[in-house]
Amino acid sequence: MRLDVLNRGYSPGTKLLFAFIRLVTRQPVPDAAKLVFYRPDFYGSRAKEFTHEAMRGPSTWSVADRELMAAYVSQANECAFCIGAHSATARQAYQDGPMVAAVLADLESAPISGGLRATLRMLGKLTREGKVGAEDMREVLSAGVSREQVEDALAVCAAFNTTNRLADAFGFEVLSPEGFEAGAKFLLKRGYR
Amino acid sequence: MLIEDNKRAAHRALEDRILNGEGRASPEQRARAFGNAGLAPPLDGLLGKVATRPAQVTDADFAAARAAGVTEDELFELVICAAVGQSARLYDAGLAALADAVAAEEDG
Repeated sequence: MRLDVLNRGYSPGTKLLFAFIRLVTRQPVPDAAKLVFYRPDFYGSRAKEFTHEAMRGPSTWSVADRELMAAYVSQANECAFCIGAHSATARQAYQDGPMVAAVLADLESAPISGGLRATLRMLGKLTREGKVGAEDMREVLSAGVSREQVEDALAVCAAFNTTNRLADAFGFEVLSPEGFEAGAKFLLKRGYR
Repeated sequence: MLIEDNKRAAHRALEDRILNGEGRASPEQRARAFGNAGLAPPLDGLLGKVATRPAQVTDADFAAARAAGVTEDELFELVICAAVGQSARLYDAGLAALADAVAAEEDG
């Protein structure tokens, strides 16, 4: 990573935890995980709390749908690390790799519900252009998405707009396919806390 | 007045901590990074990219900030403030558009 403190600035206890993670997963500790352990009182603790609430907290969107939103927002930001991580997590959560690939290749022709498609379209526009209007939201609502579901999708969008920016700015190392699969398994088992 | 949902409240807690809690960078500098406004060179280059073109951040952007005397811990905080600030603006813009759409539906 571009800051030495993020590569080396950890307490002995945290270094021991990283060694344990490497042992159990047989993969390097992802930079996304390292970041939240550096001075956790500044960012990591509350960021984990918010991201877990957005991705695993109460919602009528499934975990798989929310992971797909994370992958889609990451693609709008062109964030290679997060596209890899969350497309792998969405594939495992849906147990449907072709569908996730279809959404990322062409949202309009992908085999998903009209409500999810309209929601992803709105999140992509908000992420790319920095704004959306009431008409954009009316389209989502008229596709059968509830107000609460739009709020929940906006939380996912906020979580990943932050993570994408930190991944690109700090320079998270893109993992091997096996590394992303191991990370996805962990995120589905344990969440983001 | 709308009651904030738990997710927005959790984001608010993160915003409040990085802006108003203890830090190595001054609260003023963190607020400028968060708002992507009023930053001087070379930090305006790095933090402006974090806010609007994150995929274009380079090693040189960090080198320029270090050369100007900004420490690693200050950079850690300011990059986080720039990232969370942009997300907070997107989050609020989305919720405001949603509130407008719902209000129009209820009027109609």
